[in-house]
Amino acid sequence: MDEITIGTVLASTLRVSTPLILCALAGALSERSGVIDLGLEGKMLLTAFATAATGVTTKSLPLALAVAVLVGVALSMLHGYACVSHRGDQVVLGMAITMTAAGLTVVLGIAWFKQGGQTPPLPDAVRLAPLWPGFAALVKEIPFLGPIVGIGLLGHDAFVYGALALVAFVWWLLYRTRFGLRLRATGENPAMVDAAGVSVVATRYAALAINGVLAAVAGAYLVLALTPSFIPNMTAGRGYMALAAMIFGKWHPLGAFAACLLFGFLEAVAIRLQGVALPGIGEVPVQAIQALPYLLTVVLLAGFIGNAVAPKALGTPYVKER
Amino acid sequence: MSQPIELPRWMDLALLPAVNLGLALAVSAVVLVIVGQDPGQVLGLLVKGAFGSRTGISYTLYYATTFVFTGLAVAVAFHGGLFNIGGEGQAMMGGLGAALAALAFAHLLPAWLMLPLMVAAAMLFGMAWAAVPAALQAWRGSHIVITTIMFNFLAAALMGYLLVNVLKEPGNMAPETRALGESAKLPGVHELLGWFGVDWPKTPLNLSVLLAAVAALGVYLALWKSQPGYALRAVGFSPEAARYAGIAPRVQIMRSMMLSGALAALVGINEIAGVHNRLLADFVAGAGFAGIAVALIGRNHPTGIVLAAILFGALYQGGAELAFEIQGFSREMVFTLQGLIVLFAGAMAQVMAPALARLHRLFAGKAAAHG
Repeated sequence: MDEITIGTVLASTLRVSTPLILCALAGALSERSGVIDLGLEGKMLLTAFATAATGVTTKSLPLALAVAVLVGVALSMLHGYACVSHRGDQVVLGMAITMTAAGLTVVLGIAWFKQGGQTPPLPDAVRLAPLWPGFAALVKEIPFLGPIVGIGLLGHDAFVYGALALVAFVWWLLYRTRFGLRLRATGENPAMVDAAGVSVVATRYAALAINGVLAAVAGAYLVLALTPSFIPNMTAGRGYMALAAMIFGKWHPLGAFAACLLFGFLEAVAIRLQGVALPGIGEVPVQAIQALPYLLTVVLLAGFIGNAVAPKALGTPYVKER
Repeated sequence: MSQPIELPRWMDLALLPAVNLGLALAVSAVVLVIVGQDPGQVLGLLVKGAFGSRTGISYTLYYATTFVFTGLAVAVAFHGGLFNIGGEGQAMMGGLGAALAALAFAHLLPAWLMLPLMVAAAMLFGMAWAAVPAALQAWRGSHIVITTIMFNFLAAALMGYLLVNVLKEPGNMAPETRALGESAKLPGVHELLGWFGVDWPKTPLNLSVLLAAVAALGVYLALWKSQPGYALRAVGFSPEAARYAGIAPRVQIMRSMMLSGALAALVGINEIAGVHNRLLADFVAGAGFAGIAVALIGRNHPTGIVLAAILFGALYQGGAELAFEIQGFSREMVFTLQGLIVLFAGAMAQVMAPALARLHRLFAGKAAAHG
C-alpha cells in the first residue's frame, strides 16, 4: 500500500461516510427524544429526489437545498403528527414513509422527466465542487504525508467538512445546552420532564424538526456530490445503515460518527478488495465485507461486544396524565 | 383520554379499514392528478386488468398467494407481540431452502416426494432464519425490529454470494442456478384444470394458491382454536398478565417468530417451485414489506388477510396492465398506494378511530333519544 492508495481510500471513506454521518445524527436526535426513526431511508430518498428535481428545473443550488429541507421537515412533521400527537406506532410510520417514498419518487420522476424514473444530470453549477482544489494539489506534491493529506483530507466539498462540524454541533447541542438536556430527559423519562413543566410534545417535535433538516442534507448530498442525477432507490439501504451506525454508536453522536467512518471505510475497501487475496485470510468475498456493518450491529445488540442501551422511553408514546 | 377508543365491532372490523383504505386511495388520486392522469380512468382500467379476464384473475390470485404468506407471517408475529420486518429475508431463505433440496434430490425423487420435501426445506430455512433474531430478543433483549432489518440485508448478502460464487450455472451470465428439474415443478393451475378437460390460459398461478388457503386456515385454527395459540396471543396481548398466568414469554417469542418465518418462506414455493424452476437473486421483490400492509389492512386476522391479499394482488396485476395501457403510468404508483395504506391503516390508525367514535356516539345518541 503506497501513500496514494492510502490517500484515495481515506478520501472515498470520508465521501461515502458523509451521508451516513448526517443521517445517523438525524436518527440520534429523534431517538434520544424517544421517537424511533425507521423512516430515515425514505426521508433521504424523497429529499434526494426533491434536490435533483429542483436543481434540474431551476439550476439553483440554494433553491434545491431549500426545497429538500422543506420536504425533509414536512416528513418529520408528519412523523410527529402521527406518532407524537396521535401516538401512532413509530415503527409502522417509518415503514410507511420508506415505502411511499420508494414509489412516489419514481412516479413523479417518470411523469416529470420521462427517463424511466431518473432525473437528467444536474448542471455543474448546482453540484458541489472541492473547496480548495489548488491547495490540495499543492500539498499532494509534498513527499510521503503529502498525498495522504492532499488527496485524503483536503480534496473535499463543503458538505464533507460541514458534516464533521455538525457532529461537534450535535454533541454540543445534546450535552452542553439546556435544550439538549431536556431532549435527552424526554427520551428517558418523559413524565419527569412533564412534571418539570416542559412540554414533552414540543421537545419531540423540535427534535424531529432538526432530524428532518439533517436527513434532507444527507439526501441532498447524494445527488449533489455522489451521483450527478437522481436514480430510483439510490439510497440503497443507506438510511438503514445509518440507523445501524447510530445504534452501533450507542445513540451517542460521537459513537455514531465513529461507526459511520468504520462502515464507510468498509464500503470504500469492499470494491478494492474484490479478487485480492489477503495474507493469511485468502480472498474475502465482497458480500462479506458489505454485510459486516449489519452483522456487527446484530452482535452489538446481542450484547456480546459492550452493551448498547437504548433511551428508556424509546418507542413509547407519551400519555399525559389528566 | 388515556383509554383506548372503544368502537362497535362492525366499525372496528369493517368500517375502519374501509375508511383508511379510502383515505389512501384519495391521496393516490391526488398524486395521479398531479402527474396528469384521470383517477377514474385509472381505477376502471385497474379493475378491468385485475378481474376482467381469466388471465387477469389468474395473475391476481398468483400475486395474492404470495401476499397471503407474507401477510400471515406478519400477523402471527404480531399476535405474539412482535413486529417481524424480516419477511423479506425469511422468504429469500425459503427460496434458497427449496432450491437446495431440489438441486440435491430432484433427479432421484418423483414429484410427489420432491415437492413436499421442497416445502419442508423452505419452511425449515425460513424458520431458522427467523429463529436467530427471536432468540436474541428472547434471551438478550435485542430489539427484534432492528435485528430483523439487519437480517434482511444479511440474507441478501448471503444470497448474492451463493448465487455468484457457488450455485451459479456455468456459462450463464445471470446470477441464477441451473433449472431445478421436472420433479421440482409445482403444477400450474392451467395444467391441473387441463387434466379435467377445462381449457384455462397459461399463467404463473400454481398449486401454491391451495397451500395459501391451507396456511390461512391453519393459522386460524392454530391461533384461535388451540391452547398453544391462546398462550401465544396472551403474550402479545399482555406480556405481564401472561407471565402471571404461568406462560413463559421466551417460548412464545420463539414459537411466533419461527411460525412467522416458516410462513414467509412459502413465498419461495410460489416463486421458485411454482414459476421460475430455478433460484434467482431477487424473486421476493418487496413481498415481505407488502405483507406488512396486507396484515394491517386485514386487521391481523386470516379472513381479513386473504381479502387484503386479493386486493393487493389485484393492485399489482392491475398496475402491471396499466403500465402497458396508459402512457406515463408506472407500476410504482401501486407501491405508493401500498405505502399510503401502511400510513393510514397502521401509523395513523389512531387519527381516524376517535373521529369515527365521535360520529358513532352522535348517531347512537340520536337513536337512543328517539327510542
